[in-house]
Amino acid sequence: MAPPTAPADLERPDVDDAVAVDVPWIVIVWNDPINLMSYVTFVLQKLFGYSIEKATQLMLDVHTIGRAVVSDGTREKAELDVFRLHEHGLWATMEKQS
Amino acid sequence: MALFRKPLIEGIGGGRFAIRLREEERELLASLPRQLRELVDGSADDPWLRRLFPPAYHQREDADKQTEWHRLMGEDLVVRRREQLDVLASTASATELDEEQVMVWAQALNDLRLYLGTRLDVSEDTDLDDYAEDDPDHSLYMLYGWLSYIQDSVITALSAQDR
Repeated sequence: MAPPTAPADLERPDVDDAVAVDVPWIVIVWNDPINLMSYVTFVLQKLFGYSIEKATQLMLDVHTIGRAVVSDGTREKAELDVFRLHEHGLWATMEKQS
Repeated sequence: MALFRKPLIEGIGGGRFAIRLREEERELLASLPRQLRELVDGSADDPWLRRLFPPAYHQREDADKQTEWHRLMGEDLVVRRREQLDVLASTASATELDEEQVMVWAQALNDLRLYLGTRLDVSEDTDLDDYAEDDPDHSLYMLYGWLSYIQDSVITALSAQDR
């Protein structure tokens, strides 16, 4: 922690820009009635290298809760992940982590 | 069923898979992707194709980003869909495939199911046995069920390979 007192003429960094760059994006897979549970699990293993246990848990979250966060990262990484999920027919979207 | 028929699709070592389908099944797997490809080539606005081309950004504040995404990536996804459907159509008569081809089968079969499932408005509660033979969509439901069965066989074979 910095000391509470600071010189009055301290230059303020541009906080807004610095924070905006660091906010990660999350990739969400949504429940849909068409994709087979076995297929969703398999795709999550293949695309993200997840273990069968982790992929199965994410698939079950999608199925029972309606959605699951399957990956996160920079906007560019999230866009790539979404594209690969779409290539495989999963219903995926991305949003800035709140 | 397995007692009487070997698995439809089965890893046979060396990254190869045996494909054991009947002639009429192979004819369907050659013709259905071509039909879907014609739809994909025709109009991207076809509402029954919407699950094949979902948005990436779903929040209202990201509407501009979605427009940009669609402009930059939309055509790439169309190209990938065409490639997947072409691989299935052109390998439907093969008795042996490699792992990469089988994975593309899984994707193309899923493309067909996404189209049919959207067209039939399939829900979690849909029971394919409920549809009477005089239902005008009866043959499409049968087709959807059959594609699900083939796709599940593909996933089972691929999953066994990874273990």
